Amino acid sequence: MELYELTVHELHEKLVSGETTAREVLDAYYRRIEAVEDRVHAYISLMKETAYAQAEEADRSIREGRIGPLTGVPIALKDICCTRGFPTTCASRILENFRPPYDATVVARLRAAGAVFTGKTNMDEFAMGSSTETSYFGVTRNPWDLERIPGGSSGGSAAAVAADECAAAIGSDTGGSIRQPAALCGVVGMKPTYGRVSRFGLVAFASSLDQIGPFTKDVRDCAILMNVIAGHDPRESTSVPVEIPDYRAFLDRSVEGWKIGIPREYFMEGIDPEVRAAVEGAARALEGSGAKLIEVSLPHTKYCVAVYYIIAPAEASSNLARYDGVRYGFRAEDPRDLLEMYKKTRSAGFGAEVKRRIIIGTYVLSSGYYEAYYKKASQVRALIREDFDRVFALCDVILTPTTPTAAFRLGEKLDDPIQMYLSDIFTISANLAGIPGISVPCGFTGEGLPVGVQFLAPHFEEGRLIQIGSALSTLMPREVRRPRL
Amino acid sequence: MMEYEPVIGLEVHAQLLTSSKIFCACSTAFGAPPNTNTCPVCLGMPGVLPVLNRKVVEFAVKMALATNCRINTYNRFARKNYFYPDLPKGYQISQYALPLAEDGHLIVETAAGKKRIGITRIHMEEDAGKLIHDEHNPYSYVDLNRTGVPLIEIVSEPDIHSAEEAAAYLRALHEILVYLGICDGNMEEGSFRCDANVSLRPKGQEAFGTRTELKNMNSFRNVQRALEYEIKRQEYILEGGGEIVQETRLWDDSQGVTNPMRGKEEAHDYRYFPDPDLVTVHIDETWIEEIRKTLPELPMARRERLQKEYGLPAYDAGVLTSSRALADYYEEAARLCGAPKIAANWVMGDLLKLLNEEGKTFDACPVGAASLARMIRLIEDGTISGKIAKELLQEMYAAGKEPEEIIAERGLVQITDEGALKAVIEEILAANPAQVAQYRAGKEKVFGFFVGQAMKATGGKANPRLLNDLLKRMLAP
Repeated sequence: MELYELTVHELHEKLVSGETTAREVLDAYYRRIEAVEDRVHAYISLMKETAYAQAEEADRSIREGRIGPLTGVPIALKDICCTRGFPTTCASRILENFRPPYDATVVARLRAAGAVFTGKTNMDEFAMGSSTETSYFGVTRNPWDLERIPGGSSGGSAAAVAADECAAAIGSDTGGSIRQPAALCGVVGMKPTYGRVSRFGLVAFASSLDQIGPFTKDVRDCAILMNVIAGHDPRESTSVPVEIPDYRAFLDRSVEGWKIGIPREYFMEGIDPEVRAAVEGAARALEGSGAKLIEVSLPHTKYCVAVYYIIAPAEASSNLARYDGVRYGFRAEDPRDLLEMYKKTRSAGFGAEVKRRIIIGTYVLSSGYYEAYYKKASQVRALIREDFDRVFALCDVILTPTTPTAAFRLGEKLDDPIQMYLSDIFTISANLAGIPGISVPCGFTGEGLPVGVQFLAPHFEEGRLIQIGSALSTLMPREVRRPRL
Repeated sequence: MMEYEPVIGLEVHAQLLTSSKIFCACSTAFGAPPNTNTCPVCLGMPGVLPVLNRKVVEFAVKMALATNCRINTYNRFARKNYFYPDLPKGYQISQYALPLAEDGHLIVETAAGKKRIGITRIHMEEDAGKLIHDEHNPYSYVDLNRTGVPLIEIVSEPDIHSAEEAAAYLRALHEILVYLGICDGNMEEGSFRCDANVSLRPKGQEAFGTRTELKNMNSFRNVQRALEYEIKRQEYILEGGGEIVQETRLWDDSQGVTNPMRGKEEAHDYRYFPDPDLVTVHIDETWIEEIRKTLPELPMARRERLQKEYGLPAYDAGVLTSSRALADYYEEAARLCGAPKIAANWVMGDLLKLLNEEGKTFDACPVGAASLARMIRLIEDGTISGKIAKELLQEMYAAGKEPEEIIAERGLVQITDEGALKAVIEEILAANPAQVAQYRAGKEKVFGFFVGQAMKATGGKANPRLLNDLLKRMLAP
């Protein structure tokens, strides 16, 4: 087995025992990246220079017996996380040469835990998209089928983990941007509770929905990464000062006696039959181990996509106003006056999908439309939250498909925003409600494309997601299948 | 001819005297080199987040309490969206639907008596930066030091009906802000800024007329002049059958006129919405009570108390409460010397004059209130004369010495020895027989001449009352 095929916990063991060194591990990863990257294109930029310095530091600290939870482990960062002194582009032309003078809190925490950063991964521009096709730096391909999309917006991070171009990766999830690509690339992806992982230094898309989370090869790694990245941050007002458990304590525990809610609204027409079969297979396996499946209803589910596509663009239209060419990033040449500078800079600096959402967001906040759109959407959002409160009184977790279909073809939905938006239909509700969700691989389609099952839990109950994800992995051992690259 | 009633509403922006900015730890100091008091947060860099400075809420609550507002237990920040290079995020964090405080009022004193002016709301917000235009270059420069400096906006009801009332209201607000120690009140540096909405309506009519908004008035006097001008301008238009255009107008101080603001005057849609990066601000009763306990006595209450407690005329009480430091100084001196009216005269007269000459305020008065009180007691018990005291105070002020010290050094003690003074007077009478004859013939004016001579001979140290008595007796035919 190659070093780059190992999980975080396997790698860490080998590093700590001295069986390998961080430098060797990093070499193995960069060789792997060199071998597959021109086909996958998971990265926007590689951080070779600093990575080797980090690896050296990791080896030194292992020799000295100072061992962090991620010491020497190569991790990829979605290019939406600010990295001090290193370009952070958000896959946009407008930030092409932007080097933040600060680290995102999540980056600082990973650094302190000993992680080695391989590079910054590709994504939909400003995280707006579900296929990683709107990136200014080109598309990322699904390692399982290079003609297909890896999902999005964190498609680069998902593909990098699936293609063994890093041991684990960090992504962000505003409407499913971790869970959907995790499902489509056959890896584990978690979106924690809103407020659990600091957003400081995460380039904002929609502030009330954005949340950072890990992509890993298995659930154990997910617990390890959550232990590092979760926690209160005084630099973020919406960060919640709630005690963080040791997520590893939830691994390898039975879910016997658990009630698993199956929301009928998530198993309606439109789901690919193979996806449905795989997800139902996972549900039956859990039932077989002593959990109870109960049918529940989340009646406002049908409004999720509409509500999301009002609130997220509204916040985005305001969050993206700072990219005006005045202080940093791209500025159009030779404007005649201020207004033209704004117009030219933003016209050329943003891609089509970003502009579409800025326009939608500006519209729904405009005087005369605010009440009908933004305000109404906020009210419905409260009802969606209440749906979950009601259902979680009846069950421990909710089980749904992560996506309605497996990975679709490149270009298939790019010109049809509605179809593209609907690919997040099962993941959006967790962001609107602020609850945590995880996508865990649960099988393959006949064409060999991975399928994911999603579990949702009440606020701050990520432990339950680790527990049930871990239980499912034991019941359905990870297939030895790997993408053929 | 129709008689019109002006309707005026004022919006005041006051910079709060916190040492750090509203959403980051940067300094709020004025006058630093451009863009040195900045950080990624106030520069609006990608991914940064605001964290509210609690001190700002505390200061804003003080003002809300001082202006009798109802404080909203839950209030929240909203984004005001517009593009301008001095606004790094492309939105200003302000408050909109749920401001800090509402429904307050202020009693102000005008020539026509006391008047109640309603306060619609007080909210917290961040200041924007500054643009510096280079006349010789096709560039504009951006200084973001001021970005994120905390402001409160105080919006009045349209209860004001004259320029004089407007000025009285502004002075009262200004005085309270400075008294509370939450704003330095410096209008030149922009710590206290005012915009006005003005319209006219026929007297007796309830509906408001079309209003204009006035900006760029950086002194009380300018506010009053601008309003007077604008009221006349609108009156002239209405009388001529014209219509007022709703617009923003800038006061031109040198020409003494208001002109429509050009260029920037577009119908703004600020697309306010709750800022998702900040949580609801919760101000509970306990916190409010804690803050209430720190409130000083407000100027109007103090003026009334000073009149009652010390028997001072309204004018004196007004002057003495014009700043908290002055009033504190006065009260200490008055208490220590036990002669409040005399203390008032010294504080408002000689001492204030000395301070004004140097542009100093009572915070930095070189003569302590206790020293002044002792000096007054020395006059009262006859040790020194009032005339000597005037010189003495100047010396105390210049040298920072105690009165007794200077009196001893310079032998300024008053001559109260009857025998000694009699001898001096006898000499004067002997030397000036003509004047003595005149006086005795009924020309009483000459009396002053003798007083002057005696003072001259004693170096001003003669006890005036004793001198008077002796002179009268000795000049008697």
